[in-house]
Amino acid sequence: MSMLLVQALNGLQFGVLLFLVAAGLSLVFGVMDLINLAHGVQYMLGAYVAATLGVWTGSFWLGALLSLPVALLVGLALEWLVFRHLYRRDHLSQVLATFGVILTVEEATRALWGSAPQTVLEPSGLTGGPMGGVEIVAGLIYPTYRLVIIGVGIVVPLLLWFLVERTRAGMLVRAGATHPAMVSALGVDIRRLFTVVFAFGAMLAGFAGALASPIFPVAPGMGDTVLILCFVVIVIGGVGSIRGAFIAALLVGLLDSVGRAMLPDLLRLVLDPSSARQTGAALASMLVYIVMAAILFFRPAGLFPGGRSA
Amino acid sequence: MTAPFHKTLRKHALALVTLLALAAAPFLGFGDGFALSLLARAMILGMAAVSLSLLVGGAGLVSLGHAATMGIGAYTVVAFDAAGISEGLIVFPAAIAAAAAYALVTGAVSLRTSGVHFIMITLAFGQMAFFTTSSFSSLGGDDGYTLYARTEWLGTRILDSRLTFHFLCLGLLALVWVGGGLLLGSRFGRVLRAARENPQRALAVGFQPYPYRLVAYVMAGAVGGLAGALLANATEFVSPALLSWTRSGELLFMVILGGVGQLGGAILGALAIVLLEESLSHLMVYWRLVFGPLLVLSVLFLPDGLVGAPLRLRAAFRFASPKRRNADA
Amino acid sequence: MPDPLLELRGLSKNFGALTVTSDVSLTVLPGEIHAIIGPNGAGKTTLIHQISGTLRPDRGTIRFAGQDVTALPFERRARLGLARSFQITSIVPGFTALENVALAVQARSGSSFRFLRPVAGEAALNAEARAALDTVGLGRVADRGAAALSHGEKRQLELAIAIAMNPRLLLLDEPLAGAGPEETERLIGILRALRSRYGILLVEHDMQAVFALADRISVLVYGRVIVTGTVDEIRGHPEVRTAYLGEDALA
Repeated sequence: MSMLLVQALNGLQFGVLLFLVAAGLSLVFGVMDLINLAHGVQYMLGAYVAATLGVWTGSFWLGALLSLPVALLVGLALEWLVFRHLYRRDHLSQVLATFGVILTVEEATRALWGSAPQTVLEPSGLTGGPMGGVEIVAGLIYPTYRLVIIGVGIVVPLLLWFLVERTRAGMLVRAGATHPAMVSALGVDIRRLFTVVFAFGAMLAGFAGALASPIFPVAPGMGDTVLILCFVVIVIGGVGSIRGAFIAALLVGLLDSVGRAMLPDLLRLVLDPSSARQTGAALASMLVYIVMAAILFFRPAGLFPGGRSA
Repeated sequence: MTAPFHKTLRKHALALVTLLALAAAPFLGFGDGFALSLLARAMILGMAAVSLSLLVGGAGLVSLGHAATMGIGAYTVVAFDAAGISEGLIVFPAAIAAAAAYALVTGAVSLRTSGVHFIMITLAFGQMAFFTTSSFSSLGGDDGYTLYARTEWLGTRILDSRLTFHFLCLGLLALVWVGGGLLLGSRFGRVLRAARENPQRALAVGFQPYPYRLVAYVMAGAVGGLAGALLANATEFVSPALLSWTRSGELLFMVILGGVGQLGGAILGALAIVLLEESLSHLMVYWRLVFGPLLVLSVLFLPDGLVGAPLRLRAAFRFASPKRRNADA
Repeated sequence: MPDPLLELRGLSKNFGALTVTSDVSLTVLPGEIHAIIGPNGAGKTTLIHQISGTLRPDRGTIRFAGQDVTALPFERRARLGLARSFQITSIVPGFTALENVALAVQARSGSSFRFLRPVAGEAALNAEARAALDTVGLGRVADRGAAALSHGEKRQLELAIAIAMNPRLLLLDEPLAGAGPEETERLIGILRALRSRYGILLVEHDMQAVFALADRISVLVYGRVIVTGTVDEIRGHPEVRTAYLGEDALA
């Protein structure tokens, strides 16, 4: 039972990270109708920058904090160089151009940092294991840092909700998502709105990467895995819906973690141990995709169809 | 299709020249093992790209998971190889059928969605296939599998000759290209094209696009399976990397680089990409630092692809030199 | 009285709290032009959507040619002979005019799961398509790209496509929308020539066209048919004058 609890917490924490990346992706798609495959690159860069600056400054938190402006700047630069020219193009061109960006940035990462994964220690004072853990139920200790991530995952969506629902900029973003022509007719510089939304999304993804750096291997392909899962999240949640993205991110995170932990054991009931482990692992990797296919089969527009319809 | 012969010829000139060049290549100094295996890879990927172009340009279905059909074709060859079967009359039809079956099942679900959702869900299915193949530990898992032998045909090992293999690939590529062209010009193709441009209009005259799209999706999958089976023979090594989503992106890119409007463009695109990758990776270690920006630039500046490039260049040239335009007029 | 070609009985549709179609019953007889008029927002297009099958009514039945089609999708109704034109021109822009029409002929002549034979060379399809184009006076632009046609020609092309379906009923949603005076004149002429061959349900804003063409008129206000009658009955109907036409419209 406590095993399940740990896996659920892991899933929650993974879901939270997915949400931070997916939120930016969803906003960018909702407001600008841009499919940005290169969004995962921001996540990867966030992790790398946090890792490097964390070593330089000697503090993980300082490194993570500094990764925010770096992700922001890279996002702005990419927007200016590439994405800006894609807003009016079809989805196909967007997919391909941003695919080219991924190849480039990942290769640059390899050139700068090498192909081997970087290791990042969990921040001091919060290190896992018996010293820096919290006893959540009797006899079960969970690393504090991972709880902090879950905490961030509760605060940021609330903040985001406040920004989008309660501020003027948020109102423009919402209006821009559904009636772009009308918003620009009102005299709002839609270009600048796009840039701001884009930069904000890039920063969120970079932040997620920094948070993830002590937990997942920091390597050039790390953004791709997350990106594809984020697309799953957005499609399940409904394109352009932040609320849908949040629920779907938690669902995907939980499914993935719990599936990985439980499926091999479950299959052992019907299969011999070695093939149960093998099939279980494969099935666990596919679980989120199976669920997504099932959801789309019954609800082709996702759970919370909203904003711009695809 | 009823257009005068010379007009048809002109429209497809670039693709025809490419095919002829491929036919002549072994005799023009590209006959060594390295060059031939490179060209074989380009032609096989070209086949897969043409089938994808049929979906993208013909039916308006942007699939970001087409590499999966290729991978399934290749893994069918591998599975038979592991079981000690390498007879082409068994292996190839099985590879094609497996890929077609995959396309049928995934297409039946994916085609219920459209637009961005379709891109995403084909990507997701591609990932499922990817993870499935990497779990086949008896077939090497993540590390891949090296074939014991190339596929035999009626017990003979004709595929072992690189030159024979070259012309087999070329013949099949030409067949896929011509077949695809006929398909688009047929009754079936007209329904597909109408549904791409204006699905509402197709419905209004009584065509539900779904079954037509599904059949096209299965056909493209079958061709992908064929390409995969050939690719397994060309490289004699198959790994899950063949099914990775970047491979799907690359195929899509070949289609676009060549030009979406014409199937022949995909052949050109495949050749260009394979050769570019090869030469760049010989020149430098981090060759994608050049390749990536080139992709981006070509999307931004060649919206009609290579097939449309001559026209575009001419237009740009005229625009740049008004004097010459006056002289022309 | 002959059996009606189209019969709506108690059709109702709500969007949330908004009632867009309220207990609509009407018929279209063979060879009759039945026009539906009403102010903007009266629910005319929503009604067309329900009849053609792009929207499901909440209640009520739609019978077409003696068959209950309420549950049939759009394309199945089209195959039964219910041809619809759209308020916003809907053609295949990348096709020639001829190919646009031939597509409709193809839909009712044999299987379209034919994969190799070039369709552009199918003489039977092209001949029927040309005949339909001639009927609407577009014969001379048959080989021109549809996107390059003028607005009026596109409206004519839509009519040709509908005719090529060999339908029993034409559902025309504002066929004159956006047409200039000359084009309107021509389109009215075409519609008049078609009246005996098909039943026509016509939604139109141009009152002069409606009064010139219609055998019967139904007036739709807030999703409800307030009156159905001949042209003269509608002209003189007091409720119509106040609810919709206004005094000066008839002056």
